[in-house]
Amino acid sequence: MRLSDLPKGASAVVERVEDTQANDPIAQRLRDLGFVAGERVRLVAHGPVGADPVLVQIGYTRFALRRAEAARVTVQEVA
Amino acid sequence: MSAGTLRIALVGNPNCGKTALFNQLTGGRQKVANYAGVTVERKEGRFTAPSGRVLQILDLPGTYSFDTTSPDEQITRDVLEGNYPGEAAPDLIVCVADATNLRLHLRFVLEVKRLGRPVVLALNMMDTARRRGIEIDVAELQRRLGLPVVETVAVKRGGARALIESVDGEVPSAAPAMPDDASSRAGLHAQVRELLDATVNMPRATAALDDALDRWALHPVFGLMILAVVMFLVFQAVYSIGKPMSDEIGVGFDWIGAHLAIWLPAGPLQGLLKDGICTGLGTVLGFLPEILVLFFFILTLEESGYLPRAAFLLDRMMLSVGLTGRSFIPLLSSFACAIPGIMGTRSIQDPRDRLTTILVAPLMTCSARLPVYALLIGAFIPMHRVMGIFNLQGLVLFALYVAGILGAMLVGWIIKHMRKDRSEHALLMELPSYRMPQPRDVAIGLWERGMIFLKRLTGVILALTVIMWFISTFPSPPAGAVGPAIDYSIAGYLGRGLQYIFAPLGFNWQISLSLIPAFAARETAVAALATVYAVGGDAEAGGLAHALTANFSLATALSLLVWFAFAPQCMSTLAVIRRETNSWRNVVISFSYMFGVAYAASLITYQVARLFL
Repeated sequence: MRLSDLPKGASAVVERVEDTQANDPIAQRLRDLGFVAGERVRLVAHGPVGADPVLVQIGYTRFALRRAEAARVTVQEVA
Repeated sequence: MSAGTLRIALVGNPNCGKTALFNQLTGGRQKVANYAGVTVERKEGRFTAPSGRVLQILDLPGTYSFDTTSPDEQITRDVLEGNYPGEAAPDLIVCVADATNLRLHLRFVLEVKRLGRPVVLALNMMDTARRRGIEIDVAELQRRLGLPVVETVAVKRGGARALIESVDGEVPSAAPAMPDDASSRAGLHAQVRELLDATVNMPRATAALDDALDRWALHPVFGLMILAVVMFLVFQAVYSIGKPMSDEIGVGFDWIGAHLAIWLPAGPLQGLLKDGICTGLGTVLGFLPEILVLFFFILTLEESGYLPRAAFLLDRMMLSVGLTGRSFIPLLSSFACAIPGIMGTRSIQDPRDRLTTILVAPLMTCSARLPVYALLIGAFIPMHRVMGIFNLQGLVLFALYVAGILGAMLVGWIIKHMRKDRSEHALLMELPSYRMPQPRDVAIGLWERGMIFLKRLTGVILALTVIMWFISTFPSPPAGAVGPAIDYSIAGYLGRGLQYIFAPLGFNWQISLSLIPAFAARETAVAALATVYAVGGDAEAGGLAHALTANFSLATALSLLVWFAFAPQCMSTLAVIRRETNSWRNVVISFSYMFGVAYAASLITYQVARLFL
């Protein structure tokens, strides 16, 4: 599933980050920030309008991602 | 090496406490400039180490990686490698990492290490790490990384002692440089994981306090309510704390002026000192407390880590008007002054978002407009209580701020729809841990802002005040003239000329005249009015506010307030827009759209107010 579809409070493991275009700078930045295979993430909060952006905990850090950004990350939900 | 200056570069991820460490080392004595031709800030300071060696410290912008997509990161990399023209390679790199956020920050440490230059790692915020029960095996980390590791607490006095001792000794030898390609970059995360497993014991991923606060601060309903309350309290505080102090300063200057009139013989010198300097300059200086109160809140909010939360809450709404959540922070600084706000847009990576933010930033009510607002509101708006708790003057002030914000939203929306490039804009923003604001860093920030205001006051504003006095005094009226002397002065003719343009807005010639110096620095409008009415002899009884109520109507006052909410910003702001965007076109766009909006809004306000009031 996509990180953007993860319910609030749920945890998951990153599988990969997909480029939506050649040399996608947003995808590259996500990888630099630690969105790499095997990393655990948790969806902490949703923005007030349209549940956008989403707040994602990865490692010890929280990142606000717009839904389109989070949709680049494919994850496997864990219980 | 022991003699001479040691050049040290500070690098690290954003939010690693680099600026606090820089302040701790240099005591805030710094030279801030830009790299030639680009808008990346260059901060330099120096201090003398116990050995007597002078250490010159260069603070580089916070970066997540050396990925070359952003200009900041390219410059940081070039400076560190000694490839930046005019900037010698540093003798030593101090890489700062947040000890509570090592998974992210160690990756950058590894990237810096691969440059093949001498590096010291400063593990910052070690006090917070200990409090949260994070255990770091520093000796093992040092062994595995192959570079000296020191612990620092940038926010505590003496918290950089270990770092100073380390950089004051021998410069460590450099690790061999490594090639930088995609495959080796991909391996960095695996290395970080290995390092963390071997050296760090983390009881929980986030601070319990952050979780608790964020549950409220980011709540879809309560979060927005908290934000609205915080903003409202800030602006009420500007009025209720700053205003009484300002009044005291005004009283002080009146006293000095009155005594000058006794001690000095009547004549041009007495006129210049009393009407020009004391009345004009004193009126503007009186607004220093209000400006400092506003900056105090902005700096405190900035330090606390709350602002990125506000950006998170507002991102979607700002996106719909062509901005980004990231615009929130520069726009909030623009309430103090558009200049730091426009410079702050550097943290916005997307050039389109950045340009829109720069164009709307001057619509935020800067503190230079406060003197004008405070004067007019104080003179024309009664001191009523509304619903028992709010004061009407405060509410009018709040409404003016809201008008600026709504204007900015409208302009942003128009720019968004005029733009052809509709590709995706990125947010990707870190929400840092909450931090207790440090009095030292807030004090340094306030001091810098206060000094900038005083320098403007003694430079540009003083000069303009003297010129205003001069043109309102000379030439003297011809013999046998009837009517006030000022009508025959240069100012009188100039003002009446301008009045042709501004009469539909309800501005008399004195106001029209004051708009000229206001373009150089907005506060000067007050000083100019004060000088014109003082020379004209109207301000003798009851001060400037009294002179204003006697000379123009409430409709004019409202129209003037609206004019200042939207009018083209001061010259310095235009100069900064030119510098930051490297384009005169943006300056022209900025000036003309604001003139148009201000003229239309004031015209409507005046004509409507005249019908109803």
